[in-house]
Amino acid sequence: MITQSPALLIIVPLIAALLCLLMGLIRRGVCYPFVVATLGMCVIFSFDIMGTVLREGVIRYRLGGWEPPWGIEYLIDHLNAFIAIIVSSVSFIVAIFSKKSIEQELHESKIIYFYTIFLLLITGLLGITISGDIFNIYVFLEIASLAGYALIAIGRDRAVLASFEYVVMGTIGACFYLLGVGYLYSVTGSLNIMDLTTLLPNLYQSKVILIAFAFFMVGIAIKIALFPLHVWLPDAYTYAPSTVSALVAATMTKVGAYVMIRIMFTLFQPYFSIELIPTTTILGWVAAAAMIFGGIQAIAQTDFKRTLCYILIAEIGYIVLGVSVANRSGFTGAVLHIMNDAVMMACLFFIAGAIFYKTGLRYIYEFKNLHRKMPVTITCLVIAALSVVGVPPTCGFFSKWYLVLGAIDARQWFFAFLLLASSLMVAVVFFKMVQTIFFAPAPAMEAAHAHSGTSHHNEEHKHSRDEAPASMMVPIFVMVAGILLLGIFSGQIISAIIQYTVPEGF
Amino acid sequence: MDTAQFIIGKFNYWVYIVLMMIGFYAMIAKRNLVKKVVGMNIFQTAIILFFISTSSKSGATIPIIQNAHGDAAGHAINVAQYANPLPHVLMLTAIVVMVSTFGVALALLIMVNRDYGTFEEDEIYETLEVLQLKK
Repeated sequence: MITQSPALLIIVPLIAALLCLLMGLIRRGVCYPFVVATLGMCVIFSFDIMGTVLREGVIRYRLGGWEPPWGIEYLIDHLNAFIAIIVSSVSFIVAIFSKKSIEQELHESKIIYFYTIFLLLITGLLGITISGDIFNIYVFLEIASLAGYALIAIGRDRAVLASFEYVVMGTIGACFYLLGVGYLYSVTGSLNIMDLTTLLPNLYQSKVILIAFAFFMVGIAIKIALFPLHVWLPDAYTYAPSTVSALVAATMTKVGAYVMIRIMFTLFQPYFSIELIPTTTILGWVAAAAMIFGGIQAIAQTDFKRTLCYILIAEIGYIVLGVSVANRSGFTGAVLHIMNDAVMMACLFFIAGAIFYKTGLRYIYEFKNLHRKMPVTITCLVIAALSVVGVPPTCGFFSKWYLVLGAIDARQWFFAFLLLASSLMVAVVFFKMVQTIFFAPAPAMEAAHAHSGTSHHNEEHKHSRDEAPASMMVPIFVMVAGILLLGIFSGQIISAIIQYTVPEGF
Repeated sequence: MDTAQFIIGKFNYWVYIVLMMIGFYAMIAKRNLVKKVVGMNIFQTAIILFFISTSSKSGATIPIIQNAHGDAAGHAINVAQYANPLPHVLMLTAIVVMVSTFGVALALLIMVNRDYGTFEEDEIYETLEVLQLKK
């Protein structure tokens, strides 16, 4: 419909970031509606791109009309279009959520800069998603990462230190990726993904290609915080402002996982990554370790957001495991889980943000009797938790179902077992949480023990219903509805989109 | 003889690897945050050297066809006979990215110093432990 939507998807948020700064300096209140409107446009563009891909097949958009080996090309197939929809929709909803939470957590004068960097981060993420040029992907990766460092650093407590650690790790990751680009370029003379796909198979025996592949894999593994390289993630995402945690947890690692899939199965052919060198075997074990490690650590945490961070590390393990079993069900599960995990993580971090906004509580043991004060929020928390654990009507069940099927198809019984074991660990995390919230001694009794009858009234007042404002509750409702609907309609999503993303030969 | 040839002939690549390892070591092993940032910069600069090395050729011409001097126009079409400009252009972009990373890292260091009054990692963690105990 809109012929230029691939370019507009990047240009609109980029220009809007600059305009947001200028307009914000004149009138501060304009920023929020402007950012929401911009991201709304991005959602429209990404759906439009998806429509075009479904109707006409792969889009090869040439920027400035330059032919591929020379110019930069945006290559969009079902996989990118799908990821672009996830990124733009989730960031749109996060933007709606941001208003109250940012007003509380940030100094008023910083809000303009916050929204400017927020838009730059989304520009970077969308750029990585739709670009078909490996160097261009590097540039967008760094735009997204730099914006991420800045956004995390404005958080509380140790946020600056966590952000610095993230800068060091993230730079190593990005530099490794860049080295990979350099090695590939020095033997092929091309940066275009489609061009490289035809050039590389003749060079598969070359050691340079192996080195390049290794650099790509390690670089991306740092960026998505795959198990042994995850150390920066828990601190960075815990201390960041609620809005930022929700955005980066939901989108950044997912986009990284997309780049990993793209490199393994488009840039290099499945034959190379599966049979020529045992990448998938190694990744499978690393992912399995990530699932178990994330689960165990999540049980041990007391900070709600930090618990979610370790669950996120386990979820990344699921996605990578789905990719590494290298068959149709496993891959379908991985792509489906990218979407589901984005929705679930955004929802859980929204809830953490809403609880922090209303009560200032961060630790799970402080959540006692919270269901009396915020019943709707806690109901949403329970639904999201059921989804993360993988209980049938919710979306988390369906992606895990496919992942387990994939592991069984690949005759990797141990991985199938670990997937279930990790789900049980996550279940323990949330059962503990539910127990703390619902089954703590009732406040009235506690009050009766501690105080005389006069303070009784006060206590009751303290525990009367007090939900977060509508601008926070509506995004939470949308995400919870998403969890249920994406679960119910997952069959349709798979048959309409995901089945086309599976690489040939699976 | 062959080994000497291998070392001298690929001199710039050896320098790139040595520089990269120095930078990498500083980023991982140094306990001072400023040294980490310096290591990061050395690491990134090594990558620039690598890219530029891949495009260098002795005795090649510049990649311009129109209005070239004499024979050069003929040479500039043959890949083996002109110096590839693309790695330089890529590195211009990469330098911009690296400068921004450097800037963000320095800005963070200023904030760290404001919060803790030091750049030494050990002292920062000591301060943090004291804060934790007070809670």
